[in-house]
Amino acid sequence: MSSPQDRLYTRTHEWIRIEGGRASVGLTAFAVEAIKDIVFIELPAPGRALEAGKPFGVVESVKAVFDLNAPLAGVVAETNKAVESDFSALASDPYGAGWLLRIEGVAGGREGLLDAAAYDRFCAEERH
Amino acid sequence: MSEEKLIFEKGAPGRRAATFPALDVPALDEAAWLPEALRRGAPPDLPEVGEQDLVRHYTRLSQRNIGIDTQIYPLGSCTMKYNPKVNEDVASRDGFRNVHPLQPDSTVQGALAVLWEMERWLAEIAGMPAVCLQPSAGAQGELTALLVCRAYHDSKGRRPRTVLVPDSSHGTNPASAAFCGYRVETVPSRADGTVDLADLRPRITPDVACLMMTNPNTVGVFERDVRAIADLLHDVDAQLYYDGANLNAICGVARPGDMGCDMMHFNVHKTFSTPHGGGGPGAGPIAVKEHLRPFLPVPRVRRGSDGTFSLDHGEPLSIGRVRSHTGNFGILLRGLVYLRSFGGDGLPEIARRAVLNANYLLSRLKGRFDAPYGARCMHEFVLSLSRQKRERGVSALDYAKRLADYGYHAPTVYFPLIVPEALMVEPVETEAKETLDALAEVLGAIDAEDPSALHAAPVNTPVGRLDEVGAARNPVLRWKR
Repeated sequence: MSSPQDRLYTRTHEWIRIEGGRASVGLTAFAVEAIKDIVFIELPAPGRALEAGKPFGVVESVKAVFDLNAPLAGVVAETNKAVESDFSALASDPYGAGWLLRIEGVAGGREGLLDAAAYDRFCAEERH
Repeated sequence: MSEEKLIFEKGAPGRRAATFPALDVPALDEAAWLPEALRRGAPPDLPEVGEQDLVRHYTRLSQRNIGIDTQIYPLGSCTMKYNPKVNEDVASRDGFRNVHPLQPDSTVQGALAVLWEMERWLAEIAGMPAVCLQPSAGAQGELTALLVCRAYHDSKGRRPRTVLVPDSSHGTNPASAAFCGYRVETVPSRADGTVDLADLRPRITPDVACLMMTNPNTVGVFERDVRAIADLLHDVDAQLYYDGANLNAICGVARPGDMGCDMMHFNVHKTFSTPHGGGGPGAGPIAVKEHLRPFLPVPRVRRGSDGTFSLDHGEPLSIGRVRSHTGNFGILLRGLVYLRSFGGDGLPEIARRAVLNANYLLSRLKGRFDAPYGARCMHEFVLSLSRQKRERGVSALDYAKRLADYGYHAPTVYFPLIVPEALMVEPVETEAKETLDALAEVLGAIDAEDPSALHAAPVNTPVGRLDEVGAARNPVLRWKR
């Protein structure tokens, strides 16, 4: 399965789609599949400043709790209310309706992020 | 197997398992001795069943268990070893069972002797001189040891804020550290599953309080660099914590203290054979090196020059109590019986056989299943069912559920988190070769089954797949009529 070309990826399996100074952030299909049955998501309040590479929220499955990490710095403009109460869009449409955050004032270098091809290679290795 | 109703749903009003004779003393007026505010409005809603129905109900429930007394229980990282019945025999003796922790020390010398002797055994096994038996289980032992670590640094006027944990660690490690107020930093492991010294080195700064290490780690591999890691930590006065979850692999063969570890916890309910898996009780004593001794919880068990035992509350630098009284005495006692049953000569044999059994089972399974950490292991090993997931569309969870149909408890699944579709197997030392062979054959048979059989599993159990997400999101914690 190949990841969408129109965005960048972290090694901790978040995606970011940048449009000017704004961006959307979500979890990749690989992550949603690996995390399995999600029971809880905690997202930051709008206005919160994000630090690149640092946790901004948590996702909890029946087996474990995982940090959600910010791909780049920015300020949270909006969270996906629909996903917070019903996680099904995360599995069915992780790159569309399953988005988690919209952020503003996106800042910082892109060098730590992967493009779709590099991310897919990274996932293939993680799979062993 | 039909569904078993709850005991509350059985019986009928007025039904009894016992009848009492008529009252032959004057009845007391309830209103006179119990204030209105403390009295219930209605009698409690207790089950009303006859004795035969009562016995059958609980006997049937007990027969539905897949437990260590009926089957191998290969639950990785849990050391589900047998529960020797002699432990129960000793623990049920009058002098142990019918004493109270608040009795004067002079009247419970036997019980105090048990605690004192257990401390000596654990100190010897740890290679660390001081032991506290109070913590109720492993995670509380972790927290207690971290509080001791913080008190130690406080005493030197330092406040390092970071605790390092390998990415293969048990979830309790970062949880204990966070609960103790530390910042948690995860250390990635190498392809062979061990801590990467080169990656670790720059992380060890004066801000590091402690590194928590499980050894062998949760993928069943011994951390060979432990001594070098200890030296790096000690250069900045950070502590090396030994998580005793996997002690069964090395108990009596190698001592964490000799590897450079400063503190550790034991899981008496794992390594020393007391029952677990039903919610406890457990026991998670800790052992520490000399420099940490002053900070251990009180009371401490003392043995006077005349051989009498007492509890001492007077340690000025102690972190205080972490639990009522002296810990889960009955569990500690059972652990001591186990230790004395095997003795210093027997313990290394237990560890060696646990490692041998795990390697034998791995050798039987590695042809069929992928073993990402190689063909050798310590007391447990991790398989990855990624290939089965990709090629057959069946997950580790499907295999686990199908095992229940064959009457087996499943291995641990989806842990450690660094292994996709993980199946973590720990057979322990007490299983015979035939038992290991039978488990290998069942796993092989399941691997050859049609995927639909696995997706439908379990079908031979009282209930099928449970809604785990629903249970986590909307837990029903109380039955209501």
